[in-house]
Amino acid sequence: MKQQILAYVSRVTRLARRVGAYGRGRVVAFGVLWRQSLQFRVTVSTLALSSAVVFVLGMVLQNQIVTRLTETKRQAAIAQTQQVVATAESELIGISDQDALPDRLQNVLKKITSSSSADQGSGASAAGAYEPVLTAGGISSTDSAGAIWKVPEGLQRFAEANLVATEIHTIDDNGSRTTYLIVGAPVTSTGRPIQLYLLFPMTAEQNTLSTVQNTLLVGGLVLLVLLAGISNLVTRQVVRPVRSAAAAAARFAGGELDERLPVTGEDDLSRLAMSYNEMAASIQRQIRQLEEFGTLQRRFTSDVSHELRTPLTTVRMAADVLHASREQFPAGLARSTELLVDELDRFEALLGDLLEISRLDAGVEELAAEMIDVAPVARRAVEQVRVIAGNAGSPIELDLPEEETPAEIDARRVERILRNLLANAVDHSEGGPVRLTLAANEHAVAITVRDYGVGLRPGEADLVFNRFWRADPSRNRRTGGTGLGLAISHEDARLHGGQLEAWGAPGHGACFRLTLPRRQNEPFEDSPLPLVPPDGEAVNGQASIGSGADYSIPVEELRKEDVG
Amino acid sequence: MKARVLVVDDDPALAEMLTIVLRGEGFDTAVVADGSRALPALRELKPDLVLLDLMLPGMNGIDVCKAIRAESGVPIVMLTAKSDTVDIVLGLESGADDYVVKPFKPKELVARVRARLRRTEAEPAESLAIGDLTIDVPGHEVTREGKAIPLTPLEFDLLVALARKPRQVFTREVLLEQVWGYRHAADTRLVNVHVQRLRSKVEKDPEHPEVVLTVRGVGYKAGPP
Repeated sequence: MKQQILAYVSRVTRLARRVGAYGRGRVVAFGVLWRQSLQFRVTVSTLALSSAVVFVLGMVLQNQIVTRLTETKRQAAIAQTQQVVATAESELIGISDQDALPDRLQNVLKKITSSSSADQGSGASAAGAYEPVLTAGGISSTDSAGAIWKVPEGLQRFAEANLVATEIHTIDDNGSRTTYLIVGAPVTSTGRPIQLYLLFPMTAEQNTLSTVQNTLLVGGLVLLVLLAGISNLVTRQVVRPVRSAAAAAARFAGGELDERLPVTGEDDLSRLAMSYNEMAASIQRQIRQLEEFGTLQRRFTSDVSHELRTPLTTVRMAADVLHASREQFPAGLARSTELLVDELDRFEALLGDLLEISRLDAGVEELAAEMIDVAPVARRAVEQVRVIAGNAGSPIELDLPEEETPAEIDARRVERILRNLLANAVDHSEGGPVRLTLAANEHAVAITVRDYGVGLRPGEADLVFNRFWRADPSRNRRTGGTGLGLAISHEDARLHGGQLEAWGAPGHGACFRLTLPRRQNEPFEDSPLPLVPPDGEAVNGQASIGSGADYSIPVEELRKEDVG
Repeated sequence: MKARVLVVDDDPALAEMLTIVLRGEGFDTAVVADGSRALPALRELKPDLVLLDLMLPGMNGIDVCKAIRAESGVPIVMLTAKSDTVDIVLGLESGADDYVVKPFKPKELVARVRARLRRTEAEPAESLAIGDLTIDVPGHEVTREGKAIPLTPLEFDLLVALARKPRQVFTREVLLEQVWGYRHAADTRLVNVHVQRLRSKVEKDPEHPEVVLTVRGVGYKAGPP
């Protein structure tokens, strides 16, 4: 038994929970629709407000009708009663206490009833049919004729006090309920005070009232439905152009610069469309202009490249010819030749990097990405810095995964990034080891380059990606970097949709992390490798973390158009 | 006998410097400053190699390259100031065998020139088969069913390299070393472009090659005879 109850209770709770969840779901769905659809909101608001108005209006109307109906009935009833009182008085003249009062009353009642039905026939009574009651005081009294029990005591008291009074009273007669308008009036007689009551059934009025109520109800509902429909329709007229404008704006933002709104008529919406179109045209103009600037920049870059490189080639060849026969020169001349050739190397590297970064800035660089294994690229980059690393006495350690780590990358750029990072690490490692680690997860590959040299002071991790920034200008440059390597690497990483970040702490070395998505246009969430090396956690207080500034071109503030 | 190099360059200083360097290395040189005069000079002087600057007045370097290729298989080495992928590929596709990006070192240039002039001297009489082609190595002739197919020296070298080891798959790096003479990894686009050019001449249907087969992810190999 107990188990049955428990099972029942649990079933009920489960059901309640499900109902609750369903209700919550509905509420949430409603909330979402409420927030997102202007049309829905306007329709619901209109419906709610007009329901209130229709309700109040209906109540007032009904009240008015009821008052008017009862008032008419009452006046007619009172007039009728006065007539009947006159008849009764004439019948009761000369009655004395000793007479068999009940019999007399019965007789009078019969008279009244017969005259009432006669009136009915002629249709003279405005108050309609009635039921008369005559009494000579007191509900307990036997001296009465007619259904005295139907008359409420309150009314009797008024009549006994010689007042004409009316009351609306519902009487339950063996299950059938009838509402009467009861008029009580005193009848002047010589003997005991006699009261006359006329009971007018209000069936007709009630019928009228219920018809009116039904009409009001149906009318109100129809009105509400119509209002909802109308408000829905009207809102749609406004909302539809707004929605199409929103869709057009979204397409415009998606790159379809030719997207415009159709302008029809001269109303507010067409004015909105017009100013939107003007805005779109203005933006398009500016974008075109920027594109033109880009093209100009590209041509300029290419021209500069050619114009600078041709004389540089001649100088370079001349210097090399001199350099080749420097043994025949006196010492000063020979050394000058050497300096000339060395500085030409630096000049060339600087020119190359400058052109590269100006092309990256102009956004004319394109990613030649293909699906390749990242490890060989890392190995090639390591091979290229092997010599300078050997000169600096910094061993390069490689930590590559055993399985292949294919990713969609531009091998030339990634190799350049890694070369720059490695050269930078060797430059600052003070003869310590440099460690390159490669790891991958589902969405990204990461490569960290760690050195154990001077490290970075707080705040410097963001600065390392700045152009021509040097941690310590007095330090001698072993690798002869141009000062643009990390800035170019940063841009190269961004071109891949990846990130290049730096961590460093004074005396604990630095760690650079390159994270690239495994597939282009598929963003990654977290890097497979931590930026802060495990042995660097302890020095977090003085460490510095940075990912470089954003060099994207700011679009000029749009000119405001007069909307009129 | 000295090899003759025709230098087509509009920059007088660079042209003179090139002359000095090449003469110093034992080449005979002639200089043309205008693209439109390159073709008459080629016919007159019959150089062993053309050193062509891509940016030229009169006639675009690419057009000069195409014009030369139309009537001669002479090795062409481009001088280009741009490291733009598009320009280099365009140059190679219009018939250049190799390229040097300015600014270059004299040694680099001389190495490129020597690699293109390198002729396998006094080769033994050797006949190779690749696909349905027959190669007469000393005669520098490739025939299909008795009909000769004209190839530039570079294309010929590329085909011979593949045909000599019919079962070996050549990576692009290995081909760069054997055919172009690069010691360390260089631009593998050279190989891709020249394989395409070679195929357009020797394949019946370049879309479905039977002579030079691609081995995906590795490189190329010779088609079975």
